[in-house]
Parts: sequence; C-alpha cells; structure tokens
Amino acid sequence: MTSPPQAEHKPSIRPADEARTLPSGEREFFMDVATSDLEVNMGPQHPATHGVMRVLLRTDGELVTGAQPHLGYLHRCAEKIGESVEWLQYLPYTDRYDYLSAMNNNLSYSLAVEALMPELEIPRRGTMIRMICAELNRIASHLVAFGTYGLDIGAFTPFFYAFREREWIQALFEKICGARLTYSYIRIGGVFNDTPPGWLQEVADFCDVFEEKWQEYYDLLIENHIFVQRTANVGVISEEMAYDFGLTGPMLRGSGVDFDLRRDMPYLEYGEAHDAGAFKVPIGTGEKGTVGDCWDRTQVRMVEMMESLGLVRWCLEQIEPGPVIGDVPRVIKVPPGEAYVGIENPRGELGHYMHSDGGKIATRCRVRAPSFVNLAVLEDLMPGTLLADSVAIIGSTDIVIGETDR
Amino acid sequence: MLALMQNGGGALAQTPNEGTNFLHELLLWLPLPEWIPGWALILGAVGAGVGILVGLVSLIALWSVWMERKVSGHMQCRNGPMYAGGWHGWAQTIADGIKLFQKEDMIPIGADRALFVLSPAIVLASIFGALAALPLSYDWYFARMDLGIFTILAIGSTTTIGVIMAGWASNSKWSLYGAMREAAQVVAYEIPLGIALMVPLITLGTFSLLDASALQSGFFGMGWAIFQNPLCLPAFIIFWIAALAETKRAPFDLPEAESELVAGFLTEFSGIRWSFFFMEEYAAMFLMSAVGAVFFFGGFESPATYALRSAGMEGTIVFSLVCFVTLVLKAFTGVFLMMWLRWTLPRVRIDQVMTMGYKYLTPLALICVLGAAIWEAILHVVLN
Repeated sequence: MTSPPQAEHKPSIRPADEARTLPSGEREFFMDVATSDLEVNMGPQHPATHGVMRVLLRTDGELVTGAQPHLGYLHRCAEKIGESVEWLQYLPYTDRYDYLSAMNNNLSYSLAVEALMPELEIPRRGTMIRMICAELNRIASHLVAFGTYGLDIGAFTPFFYAFREREWIQALFEKICGARLTYSYIRIGGVFNDTPPGWLQEVADFCDVFEEKWQEYYDLLIENHIFVQRTANVGVISEEMAYDFGLTGPMLRGSGVDFDLRRDMPYLEYGEAHDAGAFKVPIGTGEKGTVGDCWDRTQVRMVEMMESLGLVRWCLEQIEPGPVIGDVPRVIKVPPGEAYVGIENPRGELGHYMHSDGGKIATRCRVRAPSFVNLAVLEDLMPGTLLADSVAIIGSTDIVIGETDR
Repeated sequence: MLALMQNGGGALAQTPNEGTNFLHELLLWLPLPEWIPGWALILGAVGAGVGILVGLVSLIALWSVWMERKVSGHMQCRNGPMYAGGWHGWAQTIADGIKLFQKEDMIPIGADRALFVLSPAIVLASIFGALAALPLSYDWYFARMDLGIFTILAIGSTTTIGVIMAGWASNSKWSLYGAMREAAQVVAYEIPLGIALMVPLITLGTFSLLDASALQSGFFGMGWAIFQNPLCLPAFIIFWIAALAETKRAPFDLPEAESELVAGFLTEFSGIRWSFFFMEEYAAMFLMSAVGAVFFFGGFESPATYALRSAGMEGTIVFSLVCFVTLVLKAFTGVFLMMWLRWTLPRVRIDQVMTMGYKYLTPLALICVLGAAIWEAILHVVLN
C-alpha cells in the first residue's frame, strides 16, 4: 500500500515570470494554472456501489486520494421494529437485512431467541434442514458476490452463469417455503415445515451439477489473467488491519486469519460436521499477489462455495425422518434474560443481541451486521489507489446495503 | 469528395481494374439532359455518395447491434431479442432506433451547448469520412486513393476529438473521466496500430486498399499477406489489440466503463445523439475489421473470387458482388471476434492499458516491422 499523496500546499496562481529569487538563493515556484483535487460522488446511484451507498471520492486524475463512505439511504429502523413487534413477527424483518442470505439471517435471529428459551428442544431433522438451507443460501450469496464482482471488473458473462445456478437454488427454496428471496423459513424452534417429497434428492442433484460448473467459473474468471492483474495486490488488508477493523467472514479469512464461527464457536451441528471432515476453512494465501488482496478475498469466497457443498452433502447423509420444529407456542413468551448469538453469515458474523423481560416483545434488539463493520475498512483502503481499483475494492468487500443500513 | 468525379489520383501500374467509381459510371449511364449544369451533377453525385454512406453505416449498425445482442445472449445462456419482427427478433434494432428517434432531445443545464450538439456530429462524420475511403469491391468505391489506409487512419482518428468534446461539454465529472481516458488511450494505441500496419504494407508494397487486395490474389486466392510474410501474424495480433483500444471495445472499454464511470463520456447523452455514438462504435468495429481483412487476410480475395476469375468473369457484376460479400464476411468475422472478446474478458485498468501500449505493443510492432523488412530484403534482394 502506498500512502495517500497529500496536497501539501496550494500553489498560488501567479504567472511564472513573476517568480523572484529568494534570499536563500532558490527561485520561487508559481504555476500559471491552479490545480486542485476533484471531488466526485460515487453513488448513491452508481453501479459499483451495489445499492444506494455513496462514496465521496477525492481524486487527483485517476488517483483516489480520499474516500468517505456515506450510509443510511436504506435505513428502515429494523432494530426499533424488533423492539415493537412480537418475537415471531420480527422474523420476516430479518430477511430484509441481507436479502441475499435471508436463511442465515433467520437462523441468527432464531438462535438468539432460542438461547433465551433453554427448555426448547430443537429436533435433529430441523437442525439438519437448517444447515442445508443455510449452506445453500451461502452458495447463492457467494454466487452473487462472484457474479457482481465480475461486473465490477468488467466481465459480464460470469454474472449470468452465476445467476443461472442461483436461480436453481432459489427454485429449491421456492419449493420448500414458497419464497425466492425472503424466506422466513427458519423459525424459532426449528424450521417452518418438512421438506417436500424428493426435495433432498433435488438438492443432491444440484450438488453434483454445481461441482462441475464451479470449476468452469473458477477457470473463466478467477484464473483469468486480466482478472488477476486487476485484483492481485489491490486493496491489501493486512492481518493487523483486519483485526483493528473487526472484519469477519471472507474479508477476515482473505487476510490469512484462520477464523470461522462455524468451526471455532460451533452452532447447530457444525462442530460435528467439522470433526467428520465435512468442511475446511479456506484462508487467503496470497497465491497471486499479497495475502489479503482482492483476489484472495474472491478466491476464499469461491472455495467456500465448495466447502458449503461438502456440508450440504454431509447433512444429506445424516438427515433422518422426524419432526422439524420443537414445541413452540403460538404466542411466544421468552423468559427474562439477554443473549447474543453470532453466526457465520456469507458476509461475516451476523449477531443478534436480544433482551427480554419475559414478555411477548423484546425489550432490546441489536444487530451486529457484518457488511456494516466490513465497510469501515474502505476509508483506509481506497486512498492511493486508482479509480478502477476503488471499484474493485468496494466489490471485494461484498457489501449488501440492506444490511449496512438495516 | 471531388475525387468522386475523377478517375482517382494516379493508379499504380499493376492495378487490375483501370476503372472509375460506380457513381461516375452511373452518371455516365443515366440519360441526363444537356441543360443540367456540371456543378449540379457534382452535387448530385456527392449527395448520392453521402446517402449511400449513411445507408451503409446504418445497415452496419443495425446488423451489428442485433448480432451483438444475439451473440452475447447465446454466450450468456439466454436468447437475446426474440419477439420484435417475428424471426429471432430481427427488427429489435429498428424498433430501438425508432424509440431513440422519438426520445426527448435533452441537453443538460450547464452543458456547453455548442460542443454538446457538435460532438455526435463530429464522431459520426469521422466514421463516414473513413468509410468513404474503404472500397467495397474492385469497382465499387467512392474514391480510388493511393494512400487509402492513411486516409482511413487519419480521418478515423478524429473520432477522438468528438469523444473528448462530448466528455467536456457534458459538464459531468464522470464524462470528463471518460474523455480523458479516451484521449490517453487513443494516443497510446494509434502508434502501435500504425506501425503494425506497416508490416503488410512492406509485404505488399502499397498503401492502396484496392491494390493491396489485388496483390493477395495468388495461390488460388489464398495468397494473403498473413501467408506471405511470417511477421504478419504477430503484426496482426498487435494490430487487433490496438484496434480494440481504438474502437473502445472491451477489454479496452475504459472511456465508457459502465461499472466505474457510470457510462463515461456517454453519461449525459440520450436519444438520437446517443445512438450516433453507438452507430459510430459499430461502424468503427466494421471498419477496423475490414482494414484488417484487406491488409492481412486477402481483402476481396478468396478461392471463390479465384474461381470466378479463372472462369473469365472478372469485371462482371457477379464478380463484384462476390468480392463484396467476401470482404463483408471477413469483416464481420472480425466483428464477431470483437464481440466474443467483449463478453469473455474483464476490463483492464488505465495504467495497464498505458503500460501495454507504450512498453510492449509499440516496441514489438517496431521489431515486427524490422523483421518484415529483413524478410522482404532476403526474399527479393538476396535470393533474387
């Protein structure tokens, strides 16, 4: 990382022939024309910001000398709503944070509420379906990240390929819960209903096809020479920087930090799955450039898709018939207490802090959104890069504005 | 355009057809009354020539846009336009053109009105001028130019002025970025483009497109420059990369870079003005591919033209038509290649564009020229 060039002095606009010799013997330096940095708004309507985010860029030609993200265009008071509606009624709102991984959002909220209800038993089949859905949703989310990152770099076609496979996952989700984007399927106590007949076989078929397609996408975009040139050594986040900014998810692992909540603070049956060797945690290795560059982050996401596939297969082996949801009353009353549960979302740690006074409504609802936390690194990462690099960096953070603003 | 009425500057001795252009022949053939003054004939011929050019550019753009949509569609697991016109959406571009004509003529507040209005005209005029120097067949041409390739490159380069004007006049920061990128990119790639073209020029020994084509008629119509000199293949690759940069096609589409600069210099343009830029882009793609086809891949020459020539049909309308179709097919192969690259490759960064142009392509093109010259010297001086 080069340090951002600072404008040290404002050159005075005086003709050069007025320059005098100073007592020190130096000639005065005047410029005929004044130059200044150009301030330009990237966003709120800009294709590279993946939504309604605004980045105030200060540029010197193509060189970005300063960047400041401005948020809040999509703020919907989600946390306040969480404190005004009943426990179950808040579940659909969680879909809308990170609309690309709604299953995981449901899961995080449900786990936080279940942590307050110790007597609630979650059936094993429900847990397995939760894991299948969460991992399929992770694949779908990473597919969008991969496709839109291609768009940011200027490659259009991978986007369509990624969306074709995502369409398949969405069709699977549509069969299981009727919705394609905002599922509200993972409920407090389990999942809403059992899988339709043959659904698990369809998931297995998807896994087989996707494994082949994945290699194609990897060769087409990730190993593409121009793509590597555009992303390697760009936007390098060092390990210290990743810790300082509290990065999580692929952003953290791209910097070479071996940390995954699914393995290190296991929830559901992820601990058992990891012991069975169902998944590994990929980390950035700096294969094409420096550890923690944009290429590493993208590659970590790509490899994670395959690891998720392994998890789905493991769950398909383990799943047995049985109930899918525990004994949950129609109107949930949560015992008094407070709980924080963070899970590994596609974008990082999505945590819910829930506080209950024993009533039908939460007294405090707080969401730790990974996109929001990961976004903070932009301000330090973008100065000193080229304009095209700054687009590559924003893309590699894989933010979803619905989640940053909530 | 006065050259329209003349028999060209001074055709080389080996020129196959000592003829005139078809407008001249048309005027001679028409039973024109005596009282029409000479200047009216000239104006009429110019008007007809311009009309034909406009028609040509429109047809190229119409076909190319449809082709681009179908090619990209099939590469991206979709069908592309399927409804307008019935058969595979053939009328989609026409419908789009009508829509663009009907759109409100918008000039942003704060824009430099004069430049804003002028820039699409300059861009389109440059491509008209450059296409006028492209012969469509051995006896279908607007002007027989001995320095045809110089004319094409010189007039074609003025597109850049229009693009920079557009970016500046829009009074938008993103547009300005696009314009500056265009300026930097074109300056960097004009040089290797011109130098790479020197290789077939050395091989063939002519600047005229008609002569260049005729000189590649050996080996049953396959005596193409690319087979005559081994340095032509690397030269063509350099020419092709530079042509992509010249025509602002991916992976060098930095001036409009829609994920970085919104739409670059096109951001503030809409409606018919925007479509002018679009027409220019596709016509320039066709022109660059046609130039590559003429100087590297035999121009009008193919086994088909060889067969017709052997059958003694040279000079007939069938022969001209076959020559025309040959060139168009070769040119559109190039256009397809450009589309293929666009929908496959990511975009390069501006410093990489500059590095590639100045540090690699220009020296490599110079080496190619040197090698080609040595090859020709050995072939014609030492061995002869």
